[in-house]
Amino acid sequence: MNWMNILYAVLILGLLGVFFGAVLAVASKVFAVEKDERYDEILENLPGANCGGCGYSGCSAYAEKLVEGTAKPGACPVGGEQLTAKIAEILGVKPGKNTRITALVRCNGGNHAKKKYEYAGAHDCVSANALAGSPLSCQYGCLGFGSCVSACLFDAIHVEDGVAKVDHEKCTGCLRCLEACPRNIIISVPYTADVNVLCSSHERGAELRKICEIGCIGCKLCEKACQYDAIHVVDNLASIDHDKCTSCGECVKKCPRHLISDADLLNENEDAELLREREQKKAAQE
Amino acid sequence: MSFTEIFGLALSAILIENFVLVKFLGICPFLGVSKKTETAAGMGVAVIFVMTVASAFTFAVDKFLLRPFKLEYMQTVAFILVIAALVQFVELFMQKALPALHKSLGIYLPLITTNCAVLGVALLNAQNYADSFIASLVYGASAAVGFTLAIVLFASIRERLEFADYPKCFEGFPIALVSASLLAMAFMGFQGMKIF
Repeated sequence: MNWMNILYAVLILGLLGVFFGAVLAVASKVFAVEKDERYDEILENLPGANCGGCGYSGCSAYAEKLVEGTAKPGACPVGGEQLTAKIAEILGVKPGKNTRITALVRCNGGNHAKKKYEYAGAHDCVSANALAGSPLSCQYGCLGFGSCVSACLFDAIHVEDGVAKVDHEKCTGCLRCLEACPRNIIISVPYTADVNVLCSSHERGAELRKICEIGCIGCKLCEKACQYDAIHVVDNLASIDHDKCTSCGECVKKCPRHLISDADLLNENEDAELLREREQKKAAQE
Repeated sequence: MSFTEIFGLALSAILIENFVLVKFLGICPFLGVSKKTETAAGMGVAVIFVMTVASAFTFAVDKFLLRPFKLEYMQTVAFILVIAALVQFVELFMQKALPALHKSLGIYLPLITTNCAVLGVALLNAQNYADSFIASLVYGASAAVGFTLAIVLFASIRERLEFADYPKCFEGFPIALVSASLLAMAFMGFQGMKIF
């Protein structure tokens, strides 16, 4: 055995390694690219969820645009006002106004909606939706298997009483749930929108009465009640123009099906009354 | 080397002994980065660049460091070292000197470090063209052109597959592998052609 062979091998490869290491070390100094310090600072403060809620491809892309000056500090829906102020401070500009949006599930059917059959497949909305047009008689209703729940990064959407409900305090407006929903009944609304129509059904009133106790029948009572031209029935479904809506609550009171929600009313006794009334009606029918 | 010889070498490396479809080297990026023709072309250009430069450097390391000391058995280790360092260096250099190019090649450059086609071309050069620098260089460059040709062709096929009507269970990689094998069979048509 020739020890010199081993020595040569170790020496030459070792020298190669040291040589390349040195070259790279020098190169990293010589070719160092100056980066804007603010970029790193902003990136540190951003939530890092890469949700795309700001309209850019991720947190780093947003930070890049912020430093460039082509993006405004208020676009991140996750960080909220606090982050906007922080970014504005780093960039040395005035904080803009946050336009916070939130997701909304436009269905309140759940246990009030009729089922066509008993579904026993995978616990997932997409699979359930694919099987004979879903177990729900209503073509538009929430299936309640929680595809949106698993899509949410912020634990802001949960299935209660067979319907997905958004926790508007936790919701960051990244709108991942919109894409996850196979029925497209989740929409984005301004966080300040208190009055919302909780139904997505375009079914005709007579048909709808047969399959859901609390779906929109397109009676237009809300349209007549509204003084601000903010609610309209289009294709048998009421929808609210949030730019015009003043949250006066007239439509909420007039709706015979009690499907227009009012975030303010929710906390008051009036809503409990509505619920009781509904329960009584149900009992009377049975 | 005469011009005809170089031409023959290049043509055989591109078509007859295509790196991806005949020698089955560099399959990982071939399947991984071939969803869009644009990114596939970007990857191809980066590979052409790295493979040509790597051929030159590994040739020098082989000829002046390994062979004089009879260390041919260390080729694999030494070449990996050279390629990894080279790619790192090129990336650093590009970031400074050619930021536009760096942005378009950006994510592909580090990926190439682990592309077996690059190591493959270095080892094949050491095996077949250890004495001729020009042949090594031409073989490296044209093998990379072959890789680019294959990956761009494959990417355009995969783009068309989006609209093809095949069984649901074939969706994704299965249909990609089936079409890759068909493409490989098409390239087998070049087999048997001897240019020199």
